[in-house]
Amino acid sequence: MPVVFIPTPMRDLTDGVTEVNVTGNTVGEVIDALEQRFPGIKSRLCRGDKLAPGLQVSIDATMTLRGLRTAVAPASEVHFLPTIGGG
Amino acid sequence: MSKKIHVSTTVNGESVEFLCEARQSLLEVLRENLSLTGAKEGCNNGNCGACTVMLNGVPVNSCIVLAVEVEGAAIETVEGLACHGHLHPIQKCFLEGAALQCGVCTPGFLVTAKALLDKNPNPSEHDIRFNLANNLCRCTGYDKIVKAVQAAAAELQTR
Amino acid sequence: MAHANELYLGKQDYQVLGKRPVRHDGTDKVTGKAIYTADVQLPNMLHGKIVRSPHAHARIKSIDASEALAMPGVFAVVTADDFPDLTEKFALMGEAGQVNLTELAANCLAKGKVLYRGHAVAAVAAANVHIADEAASKIKVEYEVLPSVTWVLDAMKDDAPLLHEHLRTDSMGKKADKPSNIAVHLQFEKGNVTDGFQQADVIVEREFRTASVHQGYIEPHAVVALWNEDSRLKLWTATQGSFNCRQQVAELLQIPVSQVLVVPCEIGGGFGGKITVYLEPVAALLSRKSGRPVKMVMQRNEVFEGTGPTPGSFARVKLGAKKDGTLVAGEAWLAYDCGAFPGGMIGPGCMCVFSCYDLPHAKVDGFDVCNNKPKTQAYRAPGSTQAAFACEQVIDELAEKLNIDPIELRLKNAAKEGTRRVDGPVYPRVGFVECLNAAKNSEHWKSKLSGKNRGRGIAAGFWFNIGGASSCSASVNDDGIVCLVEGSTDIGGTRTSIAMQLAETLGIAAEDVRPQVGDTDSVGYTFLTGGSRVTFATGLAAYQLGLDLQEQMKQRAASIWDCDPTSITVDKGVYKQNGHSLTFKQIAAKIPENQLDPVVGRASVAPEGSTNAFGVHIADVEVDPETGKVTVLRYTAIQDAGKAVHPSYVEGQMQGGAAQGIGWALNEEYFFDAKDQMRNASFLDYRMPTCLDLPMIDTIIVEVPNPSHPYGVRGVGETPIVPPPATIANAIHAAVGTRMTQLPMSPPALWKALSERA
Repeated sequence: MPVVFIPTPMRDLTDGVTEVNVTGNTVGEVIDALEQRFPGIKSRLCRGDKLAPGLQVSIDATMTLRGLRTAVAPASEVHFLPTIGGG
Repeated sequence: MSKKIHVSTTVNGESVEFLCEARQSLLEVLRENLSLTGAKEGCNNGNCGACTVMLNGVPVNSCIVLAVEVEGAAIETVEGLACHGHLHPIQKCFLEGAALQCGVCTPGFLVTAKALLDKNPNPSEHDIRFNLANNLCRCTGYDKIVKAVQAAAAELQTR
Repeated sequence: MAHANELYLGKQDYQVLGKRPVRHDGTDKVTGKAIYTADVQLPNMLHGKIVRSPHAHARIKSIDASEALAMPGVFAVVTADDFPDLTEKFALMGEAGQVNLTELAANCLAKGKVLYRGHAVAAVAAANVHIADEAASKIKVEYEVLPSVTWVLDAMKDDAPLLHEHLRTDSMGKKADKPSNIAVHLQFEKGNVTDGFQQADVIVEREFRTASVHQGYIEPHAVVALWNEDSRLKLWTATQGSFNCRQQVAELLQIPVSQVLVVPCEIGGGFGGKITVYLEPVAALLSRKSGRPVKMVMQRNEVFEGTGPTPGSFARVKLGAKKDGTLVAGEAWLAYDCGAFPGGMIGPGCMCVFSCYDLPHAKVDGFDVCNNKPKTQAYRAPGSTQAAFACEQVIDELAEKLNIDPIELRLKNAAKEGTRRVDGPVYPRVGFVECLNAAKNSEHWKSKLSGKNRGRGIAAGFWFNIGGASSCSASVNDDGIVCLVEGSTDIGGTRTSIAMQLAETLGIAAEDVRPQVGDTDSVGYTFLTGGSRVTFATGLAAYQLGLDLQEQMKQRAASIWDCDPTSITVDKGVYKQNGHSLTFKQIAAKIPENQLDPVVGRASVAPEGSTNAFGVHIADVEVDPETGKVTVLRYTAIQDAGKAVHPSYVEGQMQGGAAQGIGWALNEEYFFDAKDQMRNASFLDYRMPTCLDLPMIDTIIVEVPNPSHPYGVRGVGETPIVPPPATIANAIHAAVGTRMTQLPMSPPALWKALSERA
């Protein structure tokens, strides 16, 4: 099962749990699974059917802009990070 | 609108006449009236050198020269550097030495460098840096510009 | 100093990569023929001028343009009311995520309130620039002046003047219960910092402050807009992303993207500051209203006062180490201003502050804070330079306290493949250790520096490589020349680095590829030029395009030889099958002779970004204790480029970034007076480095191939601005024993620090 790293500001919803294994083949499914376990977390991560403004997903070491549709492998690490651009 | 003034001058060796308003800068007239857009506007107050042209052999910031001042003068712009299809050695050395990135400051640097080498064919690194300090470049860190001028000086000396 | 530019490591058996061809657009640029936006002239063209706020914070009570409109030669005036209603409208815009369109529009033309001096309020179009100037001065704006704030910590206070009455701090989806200028609070935690610091033998903690600086591109923002009678909007503009510009303009004007054509002109520098639109939608509105093309070009003071500086910042950084130099814990508290509207550089700031080191325990807090400055914009590795200024000085001080060589301390704790970053992800193969070793072995580091008030400093820096979509297409001419159209606007020679990757893939010479930057109608979607992505991502597209063309050339050769294309082998541009052999050019010539299908290729990619480039800089300085002036005597920049496609332009990025960083270190700042008015909004007073201020900048290119690119390319554009301020600060400390914790380290600031110590 993929492991999700809970962003520090959201650990109030997870009782301090920092990492959690959940099922899911996409980021969207992973978030749905998180919501099952930690109600309220989805509304912090998403706005409507998209990731919340200012957030991006990193799967292992790869930052992606594909959002909720991003595929997640069973051994993947999922991180929610601020978006970055560049000059 | 103010009345226009007639000016006769020489640009890159050709006689040119134009009508301008008293408030128009030489840069504006070169670019707008004469379609010589090689000289660039970076600050419009004489601080960046992107508009450098030669006025009677002396490099000037054309944005702070009034067009009416050039009556009877000889002006050289970046467009006049290459002749008969051949780049000037300074242009060639800038190209080969990768001395430009965005290229907007390049015309000013080329004109300033030519003015320097016309006067001082064998400048030291300090001479080059001192004379080119009139021109701002934000891309290159000047390293390759200074080296291109050194290379051009060496090439001109072998002629 | 014979070792000016050296290559380090790296695969050498490429045909084209690693060579130094003359750039394809070079001749136009050294002869004055290259067309930048301000050079564009259209028939019947008008000139526009912006009316800007003289106040840092004020309510707009009224705007009266009647006198201006009555002037002969004046054709149109627009204000914020000319934008469509954008209330509660958001648009997904690439790396910026969802963008609040109301705020984007209000930055182009203020609605209700002005939030900084220089904030655009209205615009006028007239027959020429002089009439436009006069008309602008006759547009009467009545203001109710409000209290203002520009220093980030002041803006965070409970009693600070509020820029946005409804703004509540967002902490990853959780909203605060009362309004504040703090738009965002981020937090990252790894391990347990309290436990970590208990293991430390030595702890260093310091506070750092940096002033806002400007990107300082020499070409001011410019646009020519033509809103045609068929509703088509054409924009010639200086932008880092023609498609991003198209999207922003379409969203702001609420028209379909395909109604907008963006023609990217040559661009005179960007560095992150030419991504957001300022003039484009305003010129479009003026063109629609007047029915004529409208050109707008900013003056330099407008560039300083109205466009993106980089955040001013406060940082508190604490690091703990064991006696042997092992880092055990780190803590950072960062506050970056974002100017008039939320959404600054605090995210990457937090992610970069400890990115060079393997820290078992760390905590980072970051705040994005609104204040009365122009909305901050990206500037080369946005957010990382301020963070490195803090962290790299604390590292330097730890090295001193532990009596360990500063390179050895960094090597002992260097981030490498497998290191978990404080923000979570684990590094793939990176080249920081190799950069440190290159520094250690450099002639510069090994040389002796003697003399009074002289010192040597070293510091490291990190920046990401973002991915994103890129497209290109190409056709093969009868003479074997390949015409390449790519979508990345070229701000520093990327046409050539992309063309070289295509040439390498095809086994032809760089000169046999003719690259051009396409407009938004002529090339597939391509994300902006920024985030050190173009040579990496558009280069990847060029590689894929090369494979496509090669496959088609195989098919044409197969038709000529009447064989199965899969039986053809290709090596360095020579196609062979069963004794037959033709070069790329020979096949190209045979295509029309044999009436074969022309060869036209295309590729589009959207690679994901990965963590990326590290750099290490070394500086020797001399301090004049009488004046506080710092002279940089010698400077070396070392960086992992993955694979340097065109080494001269990689060196150029390193040298240019270093020079910008030295300017940031020693002199550049937005200087505000008591009324929060910028007092140095000219090149004379802002004073960027000239060539007389700098030495030669030596470079060492390290090549640790990027595993996610076929040629191992890493973006190189941004990292070089990160180390300089810390490098110079560490050198100043080595020279005179004073720790400079504030940027700029200008003569008055250093003189004051030296005097206080005396």
